[in-house]
Amino acid sequence: MVTENTTTDAKDFIQIKDLVKTFVSNKGETITALNGVNLEIPKGSFVSLIGPSGCGKTTLLRQIAGLAAPTSGGVFINGKKVTKPGSDRGFAFQQATLYPWLTIRDNISLGLRARHIYKEHAKDVDEFIETVGLKGFEKSYPHELSGGMNQRASLARALVGHPEILLLDEPLGALDAFTRMAMQDEILSLWKKYKTTMIMVTHDVDEALYLSDYIVVMKARPSKVESVIHVDLSYPRVRTQDVFVNYRKQILELLDFAGQVQEPEYYL
Amino acid sequence: MNTLKKFLPFLGVVITLAVHLLVPDSDEHPDAEKPYFAWILYFFLGATFFLGVLSLKVQKLGKYFERTGPFWFGTGVVVIFFNVVIGKLALIPVLFFPKFDNILAMFFEDGVLILKCILYSTRLLLTGLFFGTVVGFVTGVCLGFSAKTYYWLNPYIKLLGPIPATVWIPIALTIFDTPYAASVFIVALAVWFSIALMTSSAIQAVPNSYYEVARTLGASPAFQIFRVGIPAAMPSIFLGVFYGIISAFLALMTAEMFGAKYGIGWYIIWQKAMMVYSGVYAGLIVIAVYCTLTLTLLFKLRDKILNWQKGIVKW
Repeated sequence: MVTENTTTDAKDFIQIKDLVKTFVSNKGETITALNGVNLEIPKGSFVSLIGPSGCGKTTLLRQIAGLAAPTSGGVFINGKKVTKPGSDRGFAFQQATLYPWLTIRDNISLGLRARHIYKEHAKDVDEFIETVGLKGFEKSYPHELSGGMNQRASLARALVGHPEILLLDEPLGALDAFTRMAMQDEILSLWKKYKTTMIMVTHDVDEALYLSDYIVVMKARPSKVESVIHVDLSYPRVRTQDVFVNYRKQILELLDFAGQVQEPEYYL
Repeated sequence: MNTLKKFLPFLGVVITLAVHLLVPDSDEHPDAEKPYFAWILYFFLGATFFLGVLSLKVQKLGKYFERTGPFWFGTGVVVIFFNVVIGKLALIPVLFFPKFDNILAMFFEDGVLILKCILYSTRLLLTGLFFGTVVGFVTGVCLGFSAKTYYWLNPYIKLLGPIPATVWIPIALTIFDTPYAASVFIVALAVWFSIALMTSSAIQAVPNSYYEVARTLGASPAFQIFRVGIPAAMPSIFLGVFYGIISAFLALMTAEMFGAKYGIGWYIIWQKAMMVYSGVYAGLIVIAVYCTLTLTLLFKLRDKILNWQKGIVKW
């Protein structure tokens, strides 16, 4: 269960305890990006972080990744506090951020090379190239491929080291609507195949509903977790299903975006 | 029309030769021993005709001449213009503007010395370039990655770097035992600054996301420097080498003007001192061809190493 404010110390959970992160802006003001977040995420689940800009969802993801130090509190994985990035957590960035001087294959195998385990895992690289549908493009350079293909390579790069957790920062945000829907299915099948715990930041309610079993709704100013919704639907989900639409309504209401029928002040 | 374009270079040589043979040279010019300019034109006559015929068969060559044919013809017109103004009519002082025969005579009669000068200059250029590039690259990498180094060293580099390398010649001559070592130092100094500057600023401009990706993949700091930061900065580092070589040419020519025994720069100064202006022009031609070939070679090397990003600076 993803719950707020639990105190269980089950080892398999990602635990976020009283996490506070503040920044100092250029003007010298202190900005609170995360204001005491408590969250637990079970192994193997697919969790979406959703909310308006400035609600701290990307900050939270970067905290889990260990890309920035918390101001207080912390993220614990298997009971161990996160202090720096590690290969147990893959990270797919909003932009594919492939290295332009490396071929697709070399980009994907970069993490293995960095950890000096490339030789024994060379087969994994081929497997992932196949899985994300980039076979035949191994020797291409990123600028020769489309944005969707680059994003797939970026996913493969994050997954090839078999991380326990994959952190996705709006990985599909830069793609067109059709590529985006196709990629959502690919992410689902990667999740099913490798049983990786997925934590994804998104702006898109439909995307969150289509993919996740838990949706963490966040709010800005002060940034906090508004509520956690368990999406109890089987996969593959149908976007037009009534239940789906009901969940959608529930989330939009939480985000105050449901819209209200206003009585006009004047009639013509 | 396209066939005509393929033979335009040939036609250019034909009219150049015709003008040269039909109009007599001015009597003001001293005569050369042999009609060198005519020889050269005969050679080009044969060569352009042969290439024209070949380009009818070889498609790649044909495309090349369809594109460049008019230019080569235009070159013929330019050559005719200078030949008439200088050689035929002697409209400008013949002492400072010798006719083509006399300039070409330097290559035929002084060729061994010129070749020696080219080799001497090449040795100086390569040695200076080597030290300048290595030291410049290391300086740039240190400044780029280490905030401390940047803080303590960069103000001095900013102050000293823009000084033209050749200004250091008097000091270099007192520091180094031999004029040759001093020349190497001056050439290296000229290369050093632009490479150090381009390397450090390029490394600082590498997007932070590149490092974040590497960190999430478990890369060590050394990996981030050598496999992420430096490769990402390579295109700019290359530009630094390009600017460096250009200032190295300048430094080379100046450095050779003191205490050198051979060298293209030395040759020009020597010929000028003896009032042999045909020698000065011969030296200028050598420098032009030499620098162009060097830069072409450099860009060929770039296309090989940096094949992932072609044509940022065209040559």
